[in-house]
Amino acid sequence: MTIPTSSIDQVIPGEGAMAQPEAATPTKAKRQRFRFLANAKATTGLVIMGIYLLFAVIGPWVAPYDPNARSNDLVAPPSGAHWLGTTHLGQDVLSQLLVGTRGVMVVGLAAGIAATIVSVVVGVSAGYLGGGWDDTLSALSNVFLVIPALPLIIIVASTFENAGSSIVAVTIGLTAWAWGARVLRAQTLSLRKRDYVEAARASGESTWRVIFFEILPNLSAIIASGFVGTVIFAVSTEITLAFIGIGGISNWNWGEILFWAQSQQALSQGAWWWFVPAGLAIAFLGTALSLINFGIDEFVSPRLRSAGKTKIKTASGHTVRMRVGFTPVLANTAAPRTHAVPLPINLNGATPVLRSSGKEGAQ
Amino acid sequence: MKYILQRIAFYVFTAWAAMTLNFFIPRMIPGDPISALLARFQGQMNTDAIESLYVLFGIDKDASLWSEYVDYWKQLFNGDLGLSFSAFPTPVSEVISEALPWTVALVGITTVISFLLGTGLGVVAGWRRGTWVDGVLPVTTFLSSVPYFWLGLLAIYVLAGPDSFFPSSGGYDAGLVPYPDWAFISSALQHGILPALTILISSVSGWILGMRNMMVTVAAEDYITVAHAKGLPERRVAVAYAARNALLPNVSGFALALGFIVSGTFVLEIVFSYPGLGFLLFRAVGAKDYPLMQGIFLIITITVLVANLLADIVYLLLDPRTRKEG
Repeated sequence: MTIPTSSIDQVIPGEGAMAQPEAATPTKAKRQRFRFLANAKATTGLVIMGIYLLFAVIGPWVAPYDPNARSNDLVAPPSGAHWLGTTHLGQDVLSQLLVGTRGVMVVGLAAGIAATIVSVVVGVSAGYLGGGWDDTLSALSNVFLVIPALPLIIIVASTFENAGSSIVAVTIGLTAWAWGARVLRAQTLSLRKRDYVEAARASGESTWRVIFFEILPNLSAIIASGFVGTVIFAVSTEITLAFIGIGGISNWNWGEILFWAQSQQALSQGAWWWFVPAGLAIAFLGTALSLINFGIDEFVSPRLRSAGKTKIKTASGHTVRMRVGFTPVLANTAAPRTHAVPLPINLNGATPVLRSSGKEGAQ
Repeated sequence: MKYILQRIAFYVFTAWAAMTLNFFIPRMIPGDPISALLARFQGQMNTDAIESLYVLFGIDKDASLWSEYVDYWKQLFNGDLGLSFSAFPTPVSEVISEALPWTVALVGITTVISFLLGTGLGVVAGWRRGTWVDGVLPVTTFLSSVPYFWLGLLAIYVLAGPDSFFPSSGGYDAGLVPYPDWAFISSALQHGILPALTILISSVSGWILGMRNMMVTVAAEDYITVAHAKGLPERRVAVAYAARNALLPNVSGFALALGFIVSGTFVLEIVFSYPGLGFLLFRAVGAKDYPLMQGIFLIITITVLVANLLADIVYLLLDPRTRKEG
């Protein structure tokens, strides 16, 4: 009995004819999948974001104290027992910060998702359907762009008797979609005239199929960047609302911490531990989101990437700064800029052509 | 001219939309906070004042929505925004007119400075891409991520104090009367520096980034290559060719930025107890003074619309294409 060749392939993977294409496909897919992460900005942003999401999940469990629990250490500076000090009621600032992470992230992401959905619906329909739809929807988004959002949100949220975090999220979501809609409309307008969309329409695809399968995939980067931008806005707005004293009192939003720090004179008492950590937490979250957004922008439009090392030494010892869109220009020197050796001219075999000298020739 | 008329029509439409929104918000909210407040002031208000509040907030359940709406507009055109609850019995319009100049001056001056500074730095950052200037960008990102009010808190903590040059709150010395003489103006300036600096630091990075990205885009255009090929000095190419064309989107981005800056300023005024509209809104929210809140929203919307119209006119002057079409 002889063993069939196919079973050798099964026994020893990686050898034989079958193994080669299998090994090649995953590496190719892997390289494409992680190209976004090759961008240092995007990676940094995603890592910081991941840490925040982790604390949003585990925050209440790892918090050393109950954020509402009072103790006898009033306005105590950071110590071993209270890593970030205490408030005017002896509450642990670190615990408040950790417990508050979840509320901040949930409201920010929920408002971001709501606003993104509205902006996609409005922007893409305005751009693709055109005509009266476009006029109406563009006017609507322009109105929402121009009206100052924060006073509107403050008024809506404060008109409710008890504005919980869900009301805050919905209000932010319904006012923050306009910018995304405007960008999406512009991009849809330009995509609509592309050949492949025309082709899809000519081949009889329905409007919805064209929108969902031809246009939306090509808008994904813009939608993603709009989402991230909206989350930044939503987070800063909800924290601002909490700082002013509107919104849920119970969930220790970071704005809440700052609200108490401000109203209990943390500044004049020199209690920096009370308001600096919360502000830094907000700032790092915002920076992480902005970095992700830069990553997306640069992923889509390579021109925006920081050019890295652009000064290049030429062989003759000059430095040239390379820039996209520019022809590198060397400074004027007496030395020849080329290393080409003039060809010896055979005077006997050819008629010499009189060339003008280098300087005149350049003009 | 056609362009300007179109823009004016749009802003009138926006103002109408904002006021209609203002009409519907108190009517859509469940519960009846206004009648509770009216009950609190029972006997102190005369019938005219109560009547005007009925019209503004729609407690009168008998009238149809349409007739309420018409009455609401009639009242707005008479400049009647109702009576303030917290400063009873002062009319809302009077309370707002005291606070408005502070906000307009603070926002106006800082926005213009921030726009000029940010655009200038953005030109440099975009033109010198790939040098050390790129390293400044993450710093500006971080600064723009910091909430305005927290930067304000920090500024007060670090710079202001009992014996510091910078006062930590208020718009002028408590002993002075708001009157345009030197003592008052210098005191107002002294109180304004810290809020203004804070707004400047937070808002300038947005302009830098926008301008940088436009400069990078424009730098790849053919006419820049031509300008280089003509042998024009680098400076001239950067300023007269690249920056000039990159500037336009930044000017049209003004509209968006303004709403954002106004929002930021509102919160900063709260931090600094600055006597502008933001601080007023904060107090109105605290006192559940609905007529005052709505009045502030109307006035600030109209102010922003007027500022946008001015930005449009500047755009018209900068961009010859819009003039040709008109």
